[in-house]
Amino acid sequence: MVDNTHQDIDAATGTATTGHEWDGIKELNTPLPKWWLYILYATIIWAFGYWILYPAIPLPGGHTSGVLGWTSRGAVQADLADLRIQRGAMVDQLSRSTLQQISADPKLAEFARAYGRSAFGNNCAPCHGSGGQGSKGYPNLNADRWLWGGTLDQIHTTLVHGARSGDPDGHEGNMPAFGKDGLLTKEQIDAVANYVVSLSNPTTADVSAGKLVFGENCAPCHGENAKGNVDVGAPNLTTKIWLYGGDKASIVETLVNGRGGHMPAWKGRLDPETIKALTVYVHSLGGGQ
Amino acid sequence: MSLWNKHAIFEKNSIVLTVGILVVVAIGGLVEILPLFYLKSTIETVEGVRPYTPLELAGRDIYVREGCYLCHSQMIRSLRDEVERYGHYSLAAESKYDHPFQWGSKRTGPDLARVGGKYSDDWQRGHLSNPRSVVPGSIMPRYAFLAESALDYRHIRDSMSVLALEGVPYTPEMIAKADVDIKAQLSPDDPSVTDLVKRYPKAVAHASLGGDIAVTEQDALVAYLQMLGATVDFKLYDNKANLR
Repeated sequence: MVDNTHQDIDAATGTATTGHEWDGIKELNTPLPKWWLYILYATIIWAFGYWILYPAIPLPGGHTSGVLGWTSRGAVQADLADLRIQRGAMVDQLSRSTLQQISADPKLAEFARAYGRSAFGNNCAPCHGSGGQGSKGYPNLNADRWLWGGTLDQIHTTLVHGARSGDPDGHEGNMPAFGKDGLLTKEQIDAVANYVVSLSNPTTADVSAGKLVFGENCAPCHGENAKGNVDVGAPNLTTKIWLYGGDKASIVETLVNGRGGHMPAWKGRLDPETIKALTVYVHSLGGGQ
Repeated sequence: MSLWNKHAIFEKNSIVLTVGILVVVAIGGLVEILPLFYLKSTIETVEGVRPYTPLELAGRDIYVREGCYLCHSQMIRSLRDEVERYGHYSLAAESKYDHPFQWGSKRTGPDLARVGGKYSDDWQRGHLSNPRSVVPGSIMPRYAFLAESALDYRHIRDSMSVLALEGVPYTPEMIAKADVDIKAQLSPDDPSVTDLVKRYPKAVAHASLGGDIAVTEQDALVAYLQMLGATVDFKLYDNKANLR
């Protein structure tokens, strides 16, 4: 500390000492550099300005809101509004056009695909894969087979309301658990599984027993010809495209336990323009009808 | 500069220095922390936020036990890119029944504040058991054992009682029916689900895993994940009235 009454000036530097001394070595009390000190004072003055301009002081009934009236939540709303203006005309056009108009207008369709692709990466890719290739239980969107239909309007409905999503307008329809619920015997399941395998993998073996079971139990949804029915989400069983696997073991598993994947309803989670863009993007992936 | 020399009093007396530090820190606390307890604007008025169902609460305990918060935040900040990616920014009201909150401070994985309902239950189960099965580049560890571990919910009533002490509006009825509600939330077709939803509006019953174990830890965690950020009714929420 500096003792003003007995100030000790260091001869070599002309600076006061703190009065501490160790074996003849004295500690200098060098003042803070002026530039540093002025910056410190400036920040203190800055703080007062900040208190006046921005929300700062808590009071019993609330807090000061600042002369600028800035709020972090207001700022993000403004940013989002700016973003809308930035995307501007094209998004407005998406909002005004029907899906058919969007896909017929090359420029708008290109925008919708690009816009849709980024939304797909964040929202759809976790299930359907980054390229829409799907995986077991998650439909491939590149193939030209659609559980719930592959037209623009059908894809749009699936996106908006989902499948088995709890949305009242969502797609419903389950593959029953024929084995677990005792609807078919083990032998019947084995027979019908052989028949279903033969639909996409022709065999010379006799599958007529399975065909009979199929006609009575499966045809109401999958159709007499097993070509499926998009109204109830019953897949076409005559192709090599399988959601849960087309080998006999997988088909038996499906028959025993039933199936019914969930697709969330995206209404409310994504805005209508994004859903339209996603529709056009998914439709363009290769299998759109 | 004689005023500054008075500072020597603090430098020379440790007790005075201690008291001085305490006073300065207390001012910071009074100004920054205390107002949060009395300002009406701290917690927004929203419709829909409810206490966790017993199953969700048990799932939340698994979430904490496994340290999910170390890699996942539950806080969508009021920044444009976050709102664009994750949805509406998080509200204080959404974690008012969290003790402690799971806001997190680091994102190795994505934010989970609004993950509820974004993916299907099957997806969540598959992803927990092996994240690579659905997200090829994921670095998240596998939590396959959760599907094979029975959920220990013997203490769930105690947990709820303690939370009630902390201000979570669990009624004696909710606490008494905890075991029933856990089973109900895993039996979507059971009539007991109606009672569950009466006690916990918008609670969703999930099909259980259906193995030998009646209630697995995975069941609880999935129930918790599937309700994150899904309770607030944003149609009734006034953005303009809650600017701050």
